[in-house]
Formats: sequence, structure tokens, C-alpha cells
Amino acid sequence: MNKLKTLQKLKTFKISPKNKAILLAVLVAALVAVPFIITDKYILHIIIACFIYSCLALSLNLIIGLSGQFSLGHVTFYGLGAYITALLMMRLNMSFWLALLISAVCVGIVGCLLALPTLNLRGDYIAVVTLGFGEVFRLILVNAIDVTRGPMGLPNIPKPSIGSFVFDSKIKFYFLGLVIMILVIIFMKRLTASGFGMAMLSMKEDEIAASAIGINPVKYKLWAFVIGAVIAGVMGSFYAVFMGFISPSSFQYSESISMVSMVVLGGLGGIPGSIIGAVVLTILPEALRTFSQYRMIIFGAAMVIMMIFKPNGLWGLDKRVRNIYKLNNIRTLKMKRGAKDGKSAASI
Amino acid sequence: MEKVLQVSDVTIRFGGLTAVDHVSLEQYKGEILSLIGPNGAGKTTFFNLLTGVYQANEGEIVFKNTDVTKMKAYDRANFGIARTFQNIRLFTSMTVFENILIAHPGCNQEKIIPSVLFPRGMRKKRGAIIEKCQDILRIIGLEDMEDELAINLPYGKQRLLEIGRALATDPQLLLLDEPGAGMNGFEKKELTNVVRFITDVMQKDVLIIEHDMKFIMNISDRIVVLDHGTKIAEGTPSEIQSDEKVIQAYLGSGTFEDDDE
Amino acid sequence: MFLQQMVNGLTIGGIYALVALGYSMVYGVLQIVNWAHADVMMIGTFIGLLLVSQLHMPVLAMIILAAMFTALIGMGVERIAYRPIQSSNRRMAVLVSALGMSVFLQNLAQLVFGGATQGFPTIEKIPYTVGSVSFTNVQVIIIVLTVVMLIVLYVLVYKTKMGMAMRACSVSIPNAKLMGINTNRVISATFGLGAFMAGIAGICVGTYYNAVYPTMGYMLGMKAFSAAILGGIGSIPGAVAGGFLIGIIESLGAGYISSGYRDAYAFIIMIIILAIRPSGLFGAKRIEKV
Repeated sequence: MNKLKTLQKLKTFKISPKNKAILLAVLVAALVAVPFIITDKYILHIIIACFIYSCLALSLNLIIGLSGQFSLGHVTFYGLGAYITALLMMRLNMSFWLALLISAVCVGIVGCLLALPTLNLRGDYIAVVTLGFGEVFRLILVNAIDVTRGPMGLPNIPKPSIGSFVFDSKIKFYFLGLVIMILVIIFMKRLTASGFGMAMLSMKEDEIAASAIGINPVKYKLWAFVIGAVIAGVMGSFYAVFMGFISPSSFQYSESISMVSMVVLGGLGGIPGSIIGAVVLTILPEALRTFSQYRMIIFGAAMVIMMIFKPNGLWGLDKRVRNIYKLNNIRTLKMKRGAKDGKSAASI
Repeated sequence: MEKVLQVSDVTIRFGGLTAVDHVSLEQYKGEILSLIGPNGAGKTTFFNLLTGVYQANEGEIVFKNTDVTKMKAYDRANFGIARTFQNIRLFTSMTVFENILIAHPGCNQEKIIPSVLFPRGMRKKRGAIIEKCQDILRIIGLEDMEDELAINLPYGKQRLLEIGRALATDPQLLLLDEPGAGMNGFEKKELTNVVRFITDVMQKDVLIIEHDMKFIMNISDRIVVLDHGTKIAEGTPSEIQSDEKVIQAYLGSGTFEDDDE
Repeated sequence: MFLQQMVNGLTIGGIYALVALGYSMVYGVLQIVNWAHADVMMIGTFIGLLLVSQLHMPVLAMIILAAMFTALIGMGVERIAYRPIQSSNRRMAVLVSALGMSVFLQNLAQLVFGGATQGFPTIEKIPYTVGSVSFTNVQVIIIVLTVVMLIVLYVLVYKTKMGMAMRACSVSIPNAKLMGINTNRVISATFGLGAFMAGIAGICVGTYYNAVYPTMGYMLGMKAFSAAILGGIGSIPGAVAGGFLIGIIESLGAGYISSGYRDAYAFIIMIIILAIRPSGLFGAKRIEKV
């Protein structure tokens, strides 16, 4: 009898906002503590990879899940950020931070340009065109040997430094990656809970209805692309200095597919979902190293199976917090609902 | 009387079919104008021309003394023309409250940088927006259903929600496309009250497409009749009721029959 | 040089046309892009390779058998990846599923057949030279085979009952159902027919370049899809015209501009078409009722 009661209690256990904040703080504290507890470089590397892919998935989620444009060329922005940063640092002796800024701006501009042809297109066509861009990008990387050294790649990329402090160990990169990821998450949370984010969502759901209430679909599609591109570009810059070596083989079509799988698995539109999808699909292939040859087969099959049984993913838009705009902003309201006088017009 | 809307000779063709053929009409401040006609007459197409979903091939649309013929749909919405849809187009993944909220220009014109960098600073502004939205919910009678998903609402309430959403854009002219379709007598009474509130208290202008003749005759100041893309009659309800051309257009029946009882 | 590239272009163009037809027909009926189409072709080509190298089948029998297998696989893909999702009417879900299927097939082939490029020993290549143009018997056979297949397709689609059913479904499936057409069967047949022709195309490609590898569908598929878009997706004559055009443009581009960016020409054309005239050369515009 007691067991039944506890079970029932567990099922109806709701996480109050206060508890949520505590859980989050615990999680962050744990993440900060990890590199001091776990010293295995391989595991640290995997976790850093999780950071990178979480941000990539979040940025792609903005494009696919929140603005409804199915981009299969996301690797383009990732790779572009990596190459521009690497080249600026190596050829012009620029500091990482300046190179990061410049490459972010460049990637943003490219993102805007690449988005332009897709604005009038429907789902499948956007996918094909963005796929095409990814391919053209790869071809340029391979063929423009004077600039990119082609298939040989760019080795010996310098490490970032602040004054005399150099990021030369995994732990330092761990914290840099963690900070970047936390910033990206905060950005996404605030964006999706804002009017801008809601307008984007409404545009995704029904362009014509959105136009009828004053929302310009093109503006939001462009912004989604640009912001998603910039975040991916930043992660590319991080990747370049983290690995120290980049080549066209790191930025192939399969990477775009992996990122799409992460977003889809996690659920289009959801922030926790994208992170979960990224973490699962980064760790799983590593954990099953012996089955690495099955990795992409499983990805492909998983995508089909997910769409048949759980099209919303593990944590998609259906799990969105309802009326979050109201919840976030109602605490300052002194007038509570219902205190106002007068009945509704409809009941006169 | 002040003219709010002047449409001159608008025409649109789809391939070989002229859906709207040189239609002109005016709407004056404070009046409820109705647009009626048999199915396929081009009424919704006309609305689409007014709101910018379609671009007219010929003709002119002047609203608030400004030529809006070439304006994009979202600009027209921001300029003061709002509408509802014949086939309900609510944002089904959003709640009742959010459907109203997103239409409020203070919400959907929010910029990225303030939202991301200073969300707390926006609380006051957003609070005012939330209050306004709750006011609108009270007008349409849905204040108890704020947290309900729009798609879960009964049909009649969904139609009211669409009207609320259009109201949230703070329009001058409200285009209602068959707002009473599928409603029973009681719901239609609610609808009539809401429309009267919009024109009498909120001082907005309303242009309605409807098929329910009793409703139309009851609520309209003037009526325009379309058939096969052209305007065949225009006048007060009593004038229209006895107009030969109109009677013939509706398959020649002698009287108008109530279509709900 | 020009004539030479034209001949090469016609050869590869015919292959693109055969594959593009599959994309166009499926899109015409279901309004979806069958991402797995080219990978189905690849599997069929590998089966052809097996038939020839392991079972030592005569070439003609191998072609027909392999194409039939490809058709079966194509219909299987429809059953598994598309039909269960169609009913819930979610476009993005169909897209993801199709993509997943494509990835699955590519990597399955990689697992079973190995990632390395294998030769496709069917016919001995005999070169000919006429004036400044040199070509092989293989190219002649491919062009002839392509034309034959197109004639067969034409007869099937425009002169048979099943063809009429297909055309009815491409206009409106609900109405086709009302007319008593078993739309599921027609959809299967459409997939099967498209895959059959893709199978033939795959064997042609394998023979032409003497190469079969698991990712051969990827590039070919993209170009064939570009061809389908160029011609107007959903239009059968469009797919044919688009295929040959892309083939010719690609060959001319590789010959006169640069061969390193050979694969990019089809993409660029597709992007241009989608930007200025999305309905393609022969495509019809679909107007949404608001």
C-alpha cells in the first residue's frame, strides 16, 4: 500500500520553478567540478565535443525547428568559421578573439546571402538547395588549394591566449567551451521566450496568418539563418583552435546529417531536446566504438523510426511551456486578472 | 461622412479566370458594411486583395487616404487592416492567450537585442501588453481559457478567438470572413454583441462576408452584392432584399430563408 | 571539342533523365522528394554487379533482373518509410524519414559491399572515332537504351490504364480514390516504375565509368534532381528535357570552364532555376487557396 502511494506521488511530481532553479545550479556546479574529478583526457575530449554539438544542434534547431527551414547545409557555416579563424590566425597572426569576431561577422554575411535563394521555397527545396551549398563549399575547400591547402588541411593552428594566459590544455578548453555553451543556451532561452521568438514560431506555423497580423516572414527567416549561421561559425572557430588541425574531411555532408539527426531526435524546437539529442548522438557512437561501422546505419534507421513513432522527438515543441511570456512578465503586474470591472462584451 | 476605404476597379485574374472583375466600393467611418453573394462570387478573393495576400492586376485600394495597392500584406496589417479567415487559421500549437499576444504589435515587433540582453528591463512594457491582451480576451469572452491550446477550443470559440487576434493588432478596419459559419443561434448572438461592441464602443469599422441573411440584415448598415466577380448591387438591407438582380443571383428563390432555427 | 562534349553530355544526360523521371513521377503523385531514390538505384546497381560477377549472368538478363530488384526495393522503401507517415500529413516528418532512409541505404551498402570503388565488368569497351569525336560502343548502347526506356515509359503512362491512373493520382489523390482507383497500388507502381528506370540508369553509369560504390547515388541523385527541377518537377517530359540539358551543360562546363568544379554546375543551375522560375520549364504552378 505504501509502495503504491510513493509510486503515485512520483508520477505526479511536478518540478516547481524554485526546484528547477536549484536543479540547474546543481547541474552547472557539477559541470564545473567535472574536470577536477575526471582527469582522463579522452573523456574530457568527449564532453567538449558534446558542448560543441549541443551548440551546433541549438543553432540548427533555430533554423529548422523555430523558423521551419529545413537546412541540410549547416556544416557550411561550421566549416567556414573554422577555416576563416584558422587562416586569419595563421596568415595574419591575428589573436583568436579578433579572428573569432571577424569570422563570426563573415559567416553571418554568408548566412544572409545563402538564405536569400531559399526564402521563397518550400521544405524539400530548401533542403536540396542548402545541401547544394554544402557541396559547393566542400568543393571550394578542396579545390582552392592556394588558400586552403585543399585536402591536406591546415595544421598547427595557434592556441588562443589572453595576455600571457594560453589555452593549451584540455581543461582550459573545457571551461572555454562550457562558457560558450552556457551563453548560447541563455541566448536561446531568452530569444524563444521573447516576442521575436514567438513571432518566428507563428511564422513557421502559418505564414499567411502571420502576415495578417503584421509579421514579415522574410525578416524572421533571414534572422534565423543568420543567427544560426553565426553560432555555428563560432563553434567552428572553437573547433579549429581546439583541435589544432582542420581539413575538408571534417566538414562533409555526413556532419550536416548528424546535426539534423540530433535536432530531430531531441525534438524540433525544444532547447533541452537539442542538447539531449546532441549529447546522446555524440556519446553513443563513442561508447559503442566497436560498432562504429554501424553508426550511420543506426542514425538513418533511427530517423525513419522516430518519424513513424515519435515525430515530435523526445522533447519537442509539444513540451513547450505554455504562456511563458505571461509567466515571465506577470510578476510585476499589480493588477491581477479579474480585479478589473465589467463583464465581457459577449455576454451582454 | 469620412471615407475609410476606397476600392476602385480592382481586378485579379488567375490564368483564364477573372475572379474579381473591376469591383469598386467605399466604406465610411462607423458603418458595418457587408459583402454577400453566392458561393464562388469572389468575396474571399476580394478580401485577399484588400489584405495583400493577392496583388491586384488592375485597380486601386486607398485606405486612410493612403494608396496601399502595392503594400505588402504585413505592412497593411501594421497600417490598420486586420482580418479573419474563412477556414480558421489560428496558431494551433499556441494557447488562447498566445494567439492574442502574438498579434499585439508591441509583442511581435520586439527586437532581438533588448530581448536577449535586458529581458528584465522589458518587464514593465511586456506587463502592459499582457494586460491589453487580457482586455481583449474579456471582450470576446475567453478570459477563462487563457492557458488552453487554441486547437482544443470548441468551433464557435475558435472563431471568436480569431476575431480577438485581429483586434489585438489595433486595426482601424476589421475584415471578417464568414465569422458566423458553423455557429448555432446562441453563438451568433454572442458574435453580434462582439461586432456591435467593436463598432460602437471601440469605434472600429467592420467589413463582413456572411451567408446568414438574417444576421446580415440585422447587423448591416449597407450591403454590397457580388456575383461571378462583379458587383451587381449595393444599398441598404431593405433595398437589397427587394433587388431583382440579387434575388436572381441566389437561384431565383422568392424570399430569403433563415438557415438556422 | 564542342561535338565531343555534346556526345558525352547526351550520354550522361540520358542517365540523368532516367533517374530524374523517378523523382518527378513520385513528386507528381505525392508532392514529396524521394531522397532515397538514388540510393535505391545504387543498391540495384550492386545487385547487378553481384549477378554478373558472382552468378555470371548474361548481360541482358542481368540488366532486366537487376532493374526488377531495384523496383522491388523502391516499392519497399515506400512501404516502410513513407506510407506510415503520409497519413499523419506531416511534411517535415516525411522529409526526415526519406533522408534517414537514404543514409541507411548508403551505409548499409558500405557495410555489405565495402566502401571501396569496384569495377563493373559488363561489356568490353570498343572505341570509335568519327571526325573529331571519339566515343565508345558503351555510350551508343546507353543512349539507345535510354531512348528505348523513354518510349516504354511513354507507352505505359499515356497508353495504358495504369498509366492513366497514375496521371489521375498526380492531379488529385482524393478524387482518384473517389473514382475507384486503388491509390496505394498506384503509388507503389509509381515508385516501382521510377526505381526500375533508375536501376537501368545505375547499371549504365556503372558500366560507363566502370565504377560502383556506395555513395554513387548521392552525386547522381542531386544532379538528377536538379534536372527534374529544371524541367519542372512533376512533369514527365520536363524530367527528360531537364536530364539531357543538365548532362550537356555539365559536359560543356567541364570542358570549357573547369573540370574540378564539374559537380557544381548542376547545383548552380538548380539554384538559379529555383530563384527565377521555380516551376521549371514545363512545370505547372500550384496555387494555394487561402
